Amino acid sequence: MSTGNLLQTPLHDWHVERGARMVDFAGWSMPVQYDSIVTEHVATRERASVFDVSHMGRLRFDGPGSGSFLDRLLTRRVLGLKPGYIRYALVANNEGGILDDVLVYHQQTPSGTDYHMLVVNAGNRAKIVQWIQSQLKSDDEVLMSDRTEETAMLAIQGPRAIDLVNPLLDANVTAMGYYRSQTTKQMGKVCIVSRTGYTGEDGVELIMRREDAPLILENLFRAGRECDLVPAGLGARDTLRMEAAMPLYGHELDETINPFEAGLRFAVNFKDSSDQPRSFIGREALQPLADTPSRVSRVGLLLEGKRAAREKYPVFDGETQVGLVSSGSFSPTLQRPIAMAYIDAADTKLLEAGRSLEVDIRGRRHPAEITSLPFYSRP
Amino acid sequence: MKPEELLFAETHEWVHVTEEEGNQVATIGISAFAVEQLTDLVYLELTSVGTVVGTGDEFGEVESVKAVSSLYSPVNGEIVEVNTGLSDQLETLNDDPYAGGWMIKVKVSDDQGLASLMDHTTYTKQCAGEH
Repeated sequence: MSTGNLLQTPLHDWHVERGARMVDFAGWSMPVQYDSIVTEHVATRERASVFDVSHMGRLRFDGPGSGSFLDRLLTRRVLGLKPGYIRYALVANNEGGILDDVLVYHQQTPSGTDYHMLVVNAGNRAKIVQWIQSQLKSDDEVLMSDRTEETAMLAIQGPRAIDLVNPLLDANVTAMGYYRSQTTKQMGKVCIVSRTGYTGEDGVELIMRREDAPLILENLFRAGRECDLVPAGLGARDTLRMEAAMPLYGHELDETINPFEAGLRFAVNFKDSSDQPRSFIGREALQPLADTPSRVSRVGLLLEGKRAAREKYPVFDGETQVGLVSSGSFSPTLQRPIAMAYIDAADTKLLEAGRSLEVDIRGRRHPAEITSLPFYSRP
Repeated sequence: MKPEELLFAETHEWVHVTEEEGNQVATIGISAFAVEQLTDLVYLELTSVGTVVGTGDEFGEVESVKAVSSLYSPVNGEIVEVNTGLSDQLETLNDDPYAGGWMIKVKVSDDQGLASLMDHTTYTKQCAGEH
């Protein structure tokens, strides 16, 4: 496969040497799988795996106004977010449409400098950078820099991940809470460690300088022999996040879906930390939607048999089409097909767990049952 | 069956033609390369005996965790036998794609499709280009 004109992570050659199948993902040449999606998936659920997620956009915000600016940019409170804390948030447009879902970090360097960081979807990076530039005013006292291509990012995920990573870092990762981060070192190389991920497992994500990525990866694998650490690709990342019912932009989220329909009410804060109304982009459009019944609602579907319901397949209640699948796959953990779908919410009975519906899989109806999300949560 | 003795379609099906009671019968499966590319197979469905297929018509589908792929008939004719046990033993496609992994047998009605098939050497070159 030709990879001309595609961006490459600093681990590109490593992936190719490991026999990875490389695909074009949002303009990056990325490994979709090394061995098999199922073995990589199972390794993540049972032991540990490492994902190269360097394609994710990393935007840094310096300056005294960065907290206030991001508080206005995001649907979630950023003012009051202490250094070392991370939040999941949405970037909305003025109409309340979702431009991206992001993680916002409040970081502090060892010398005491405060800054913020956004980790955005690879496919939305250009759009978000442009959106931010259009929203920044000269008196905001914020300097945004896109650090994506000068840094790299690894996700180490699975029940053994913390024990594997902890001895390698100066930071005490074991004592670190979920959605916390700190600046630390791996064998003298500066990196940011956060207890975050996109698999439904415990684990960390590491952000490092681009040039340090190959060495840090090698050190991870040296230490990971004990727990049979494997590399995992975008294929397993997708099946893992689906079982954990985590939304993926372009599937569960886009500019036409509002956060309430997507089940992301927690990611919209209409009030600040002292319970006063806060203003943010999209507020005026989102406020009335928060209290009106949703048009559609995101649900989970469990299917019979082996055939998977995939994106855009129609969902039926008898002869009436009541929704569309947003993503679906065969679940390696449950050993049956799972899907997320947007279902008409006018009749809330349609949304109840246990309710039987049907999915049209390439011209044939298959029984599907509404189930509460997530499909999988770690023990 | 050795792959060198088979003919291959661009869409990765293999064909083995034999003479049975004066008729040409094509045994059809998918190549080891195709199986390797699909990986993580979860489902196989094959059209039933008696179906008349033309070259390029679908005779079934194979689904992996990642995606669904159609299976295309490389010949014109009528399906006379289907490997019905295969869908419950998908690992056979990995272990033995050119014998136990056969999918359908087609009584060939004319040679039209056969002429455009590749020998193993040519097919291997095509795969190298796709890799």
